[in-house]
Amino acid sequence: MRTHSIGPAIAALALTGLAHSQVAIYGDTVHTSAGPPLTDAVVVIEDGKIARLGSADAIDVPDGFRVLRAAVVTPGLIDARCTIGLSGYLNQRQDQDQLDSSEPLQPELRAIDAYNPREELVAWVRGYGVTTIHTGHAPRSLVSGQTAVVKTRGTTLEEAVVKPLAMIAATLGEGARERGTKSPGTRAKMAAVLRAELIRAQEYLRKQSTEDGEGRPDRDLRLEAMGLVLEGQVPLLVTAQRSQDILTALRIRDEFDIPMVLDGVAEAHGVLSRIRDAGVPVIVHPTMMRASGETENLSFETAGILIQAGVPTAVQGGYEPYVPKSRLVLFEAAVAAAHGLGFDDALRSITINAARILGVSDRVGSIEVGKDGDVALFDGDPFEYTTHCTGVVIEGDVVSEDVR
Amino acid sequence: MALQSIRMFRLALSAVFASVTCLAQDVPQAFVGAHLLPISRAPIEDGALVVHQGKIVSVGESSEVQVPSDAEVRDVAGLVIAPGFVDTHSHAGSVEGGDASGPLHPDARALDSINVRDARIQKAQAGGITTANIMPGSGHLLSGQTLYVKHRDSNVIDDLLIRREDGLLAYGVKMANGTNSRKDPPFPGTRAKSAALVRANFVKAAEYREKVEGAASEGEEAPPRDLGLETLAEILAGDRVVHFHTHRHDDILTVLRLAEEFDFRVVLQHVSDGWAVADEIAASEHVLGASLILIDSPGGKIEAKDNQLPTAAILEAAGVRTGFHSDDPITDSRLFARMAALAVRAGMSREGALRGLTLAGAEMLGLEDRIGSLDAGKDADFVILSGDPLSVYTQVLETWVDGVRVFDRSDPRDRLYAEGGFGASHDQASLLHAVAEGEHQ
Repeated sequence: MRTHSIGPAIAALALTGLAHSQVAIYGDTVHTSAGPPLTDAVVVIEDGKIARLGSADAIDVPDGFRVLRAAVVTPGLIDARCTIGLSGYLNQRQDQDQLDSSEPLQPELRAIDAYNPREELVAWVRGYGVTTIHTGHAPRSLVSGQTAVVKTRGTTLEEAVVKPLAMIAATLGEGARERGTKSPGTRAKMAAVLRAELIRAQEYLRKQSTEDGEGRPDRDLRLEAMGLVLEGQVPLLVTAQRSQDILTALRIRDEFDIPMVLDGVAEAHGVLSRIRDAGVPVIVHPTMMRASGETENLSFETAGILIQAGVPTAVQGGYEPYVPKSRLVLFEAAVAAAHGLGFDDALRSITINAARILGVSDRVGSIEVGKDGDVALFDGDPFEYTTHCTGVVIEGDVVSEDVR
Repeated sequence: MALQSIRMFRLALSAVFASVTCLAQDVPQAFVGAHLLPISRAPIEDGALVVHQGKIVSVGESSEVQVPSDAEVRDVAGLVIAPGFVDTHSHAGSVEGGDASGPLHPDARALDSINVRDARIQKAQAGGITTANIMPGSGHLLSGQTLYVKHRDSNVIDDLLIRREDGLLAYGVKMANGTNSRKDPPFPGTRAKSAALVRANFVKAAEYREKVEGAASEGEEAPPRDLGLETLAEILAGDRVVHFHTHRHDDILTVLRLAEEFDFRVVLQHVSDGWAVADEIAASEHVLGASLILIDSPGGKIEAKDNQLPTAAILEAAGVRTGFHSDDPITDSRLFARMAALAVRAGMSREGALRGLTLAGAEMLGLEDRIGSLDAGKDADFVILSGDPLSVYTQVLETWVDGVRVFDRSDPRDRLYAEGGFGASHDQASLLHAVAEGEHQ
């Protein structure tokens, strides 16, 4: 079978680098997300990567290194699902690129063609320690488009991008319901339309792979994108809040044997064993998401319940259509921490767990030698309301020293 | 269900009903050993609070407070007790005001629209909110009369009401400027038009008021009764406070200008650009206070693009009475104390932030003689917390209104509202009350 690569042009984007400085960060406590916290430790970053890590007494920092200090040091935080850089903070027509409503199935819409690294909210979340975001097309359409993983740095997509095509975003439930005579107008129709599209993409892949070039169909960006899901190269990110929508997602996953990540899952506590048994990772809704409509049964405790059941779980900042235009994943994890998740798992839910679900844990998500030099500095427990983020470092660059 | 078991069920329910609706405790209740935050004075490390018949009887050091011999005593060592929180701007209860027929509806009463079984009222109790100003929205220049309520356990709206000393219901009037109330005619299309419409209505109300007063004192003919002008006249007379939704710095100044011209008392609501005009706000004699909503990121609409956490500290430093509101459902009533904590994160004093959750709000509602602090003689409205109200890890354990416990985290039903889950957003069941009332007939 001929495989559809993501494309050399896009992959090359991720290789572009920026100049990096040499920096050493001392922390009274360093939470690495890769083991127990270190006390009186130092993180040494060289050429953008973590070069050394350990007791401040045992490691000599070479002359010329910039030195930062904080009470608490964590890995750079990761927002596992947001629309930052596409849904601008002014919330006016001209800065809203997270959703095109002309058609219900648009997997070919690329996040990289829309991401604005200068958007106000990119710097906003960066100031609170968020160094990596999984952003892109919003829920509220059956298949709204692609997502990407980017660092909250740089002035061009090329400087920011880590993974140009991370997932393809789908929605089952109220968000995908079209109005009037447009389809899909019901839950059953959503599943039917999505399944039919996957079957069309299967057929497209089959014809593309025929020996005889004559029979090959014309190139179709939409089916090509869905083909990547069928080939297992890109997960389908399914936003599903109600129990029945979560189960529909899992049913489609089994039918087509596709990689899937569940998003939202406000009623996960009602179908917990099914989620656990399916082995799918979950990016749970913002803890403080409003409980109304299809999220009326959400709980502050869902992230904790999922983690305790052994489900790989990240917490997200999510998508907001109004005020606040973006949530801060740090604050969402904080409330989860206080409602059953606990400190350690809450921090993991916005660092290493998120990195693993996004497939970028080789570079980010923990403070370990060889990983990107992304760290956040705090003057106390990062989850406390009254603690401040005092510094942010991305790949060795001190990108914020504001006290937030 | 067989008849016999229905009868048993009803009996059981009426027993429950009798226990939950007892208005105040027959015997004094004493809470001993808590860290008390009276707000009106310094915190008390090892304090005691005694309440009886819906009122606070005494507050002070455990060693000094006289606990009545017949009191039920609770050891609350290690816990924190604060006054019940006052939310100066909420939309709980699916409140409505005027309709789309025009931009000003001073005749429309929140009272006539609130669903007391809205789960968001239970959630407010779970957040420690004991008093709220429930308001219609900001899509009108004047969307209607608000309603000040106590978050008591309720069956009908009458159970939530607050009566002033003059016997009138406690409420204010909701107004708005800026972009939300700007629409196609008959709504205003510009800011200047918005102000002109408001001024024209207040001018009319001033004339109406003069005629009414003339009829009373000099026997002139009274004008035909006009519900809307009556309310505006109450504002002009200083009997009603205006709660003015306003974001942008120039819109805030327009509010001050209107308040000056018509001599009305106003609470500034939202005040996103308050940081830019703090001194002007402080200088106005008409401003009762600024009620802030602090949001997790700026924007969401152009007017809120400069909304920022330091505004609370800046207003506090300028000498403005500063409080907070949930704007429920914009932020979650259950996390009301979080907003004060964010204000502290951005420089507000701890004392000012705690006052902002309680006494400052009470003052903005004109209820400071009854609520907002732990003082003898005030209503027994308080929260028992697991720790510092400004910590993310702190839980509201109990909420008391008028000496009655309305939220108890250890009760699974109440815990559902506190944490969420299936049914947490459903209207509160009315069966219990309906059956109990049937028993009385």
